[in-house]
Amino acid sequence: MNTVRRVAPVILGGIVLAAWEGLVRLLAIPAFVLPPPSAVVAALLADPNTLGLSLWFTLTVTLQAFALAVVGGVALAILFTRSPLLASALYPYAVILQVTPVMAIAPLLLVWVGYERVDLAQLILAWIVAFFPILGNTTLGLRSADAGLRDLFRLYGASKWQVLWRLELPSSLPYLLAGMKISGGLALIGAVVAEFVAGSGTGSGLAWRIVDASNRLNTPRMFAALALLSLLGITIFALLSLVQRLALRRWHDSEASRS
Amino acid sequence: MMGQGPAPFLELQGVTKRYPNGTLALTDISLAVGAGEFLAIVGASGCGKSTILRHVAGLVAPTSGRIAWAQPAATGGIGPGGIGMVFQEPTLMPWARIQDNVRLPLDLAKVPRAEADARVSALLAQVGLADFARAYPRELSGGMKMRASIARALVTRPRLLLMDEPFAALDEITRQKLNDDLLALWREQRFTAMFVTHSVYEGVYLANRAIVMAPRPGRIHADIPLDLPYPRDEALRTDARYAAACRTVSLALAEAMRPPGRPSGESAA
Repeated sequence: MNTVRRVAPVILGGIVLAAWEGLVRLLAIPAFVLPPPSAVVAALLADPNTLGLSLWFTLTVTLQAFALAVVGGVALAILFTRSPLLASALYPYAVILQVTPVMAIAPLLLVWVGYERVDLAQLILAWIVAFFPILGNTTLGLRSADAGLRDLFRLYGASKWQVLWRLELPSSLPYLLAGMKISGGLALIGAVVAEFVAGSGTGSGLAWRIVDASNRLNTPRMFAALALLSLLGITIFALLSLVQRLALRRWHDSEASRS
Repeated sequence: MMGQGPAPFLELQGVTKRYPNGTLALTDISLAVGAGEFLAIVGASGCGKSTILRHVAGLVAPTSGRIAWAQPAATGGIGPGGIGMVFQEPTLMPWARIQDNVRLPLDLAKVPRAEADARVSALLAQVGLADFARAYPRELSGGMKMRASIARALVTRPRLLLMDEPFAALDEITRQKLNDDLLALWREQRFTAMFVTHSVYEGVYLANRAIVMAPRPGRIHADIPLDLPYPRDEALRTDARYAAACRTVSLALAEAMRPPGRPSGESAA
């Protein structure tokens, strides 16, 4: 039963791809409208170096932004829970930054950093969107430490540092990991959006490959870059799920009940 | 107040607690606890039993009155680690193994690791959890979690053990076993114990003195000595003296629950 379930999506994917290939050939749809999967693979193999470099570039920017978002989000969440005054002063602005669509901030940011620094704009935009789930979730997590355990720490005269390190941070871990799963995907979106909005200039990531191929009506190459982007997103999500599972499986109900 | 009892260990002097919302949780609690006593605090829910423990633990400050210690903290008596506490829930850190949970008070006090580990394993063996030192709390039954919680409370070798209805959530068989094990630990380590319970039978089985609380506002209704001999075991449960003591405490409790101006009724609110 379990193996059937695991194989089911693969089989379904195979059927869809085969049907796609067959229908495109049968109906003679032009490749610039909808290329068959074989043409996408061919486009991928035709120029693996450029696409591979772009993949590497998008990956680097995404991971940098993600790492900065985790560090910054956790640090600010700790500050927020230490100082309610700071939290109430800053929180509304963090929300404004979060609810403003990243697409709408991108042009302004590009003007500021300059079109010759699209990579920097990517990093900043990816950071902005990836940051908030980390901040929000970690703040919630730090506050959800068990009240009985807080009493216990007080009874033993624990320092603020001990409470943070031994109680609040471990309590917030499930929340942080859930936030990271959301942030990883958002960081990729941020990295892609900046290149799309720039439209030209020094972009060299996968999004730029899509824009570029679109300008040339090279649809198979668009699909190839798109497939790589999906693959990147899936990999990030899978890795973060794995981290979540490894970190929580022994003790947290969310993961432990699955084993 | 202690009369011919053991040397006083701590004394609550006119402790009154009024919460900011105006609720009077405790009023004028005066109670002297002798060193080595096993005190049961019996009463219905909401009569301030737990609040007394929280005051003694220093988790809540009284609105008026004070808590006096026979031996001030400065002389090495009561300080962090001088009091152990067992809550109604096991209150274990779910992310830490049982041995790490039990070692927590020592870690917080920065006790050297080797010494701490030795004490933890000795205590885990004593409460029957030696084989589960490396397990996580979620892998243990309710009774075993409570054993871990008791081990943690005793790991600092406290002079006072506070217990807040620790076995209320357990089944009867587990509860009786834990009662016996707790008594064995008490007789061996000679700590002073304050045990909050709503069960008269449990309180009388364990303690050598029962404090019966009356509700709204929380106050002491009766202070009943229980001079049943130790060691106590299953045989005591069918002993006529045990039945008589339970009856005395039950009557006091029923009296405490009776609202002023009404003939009877066990829960008026």
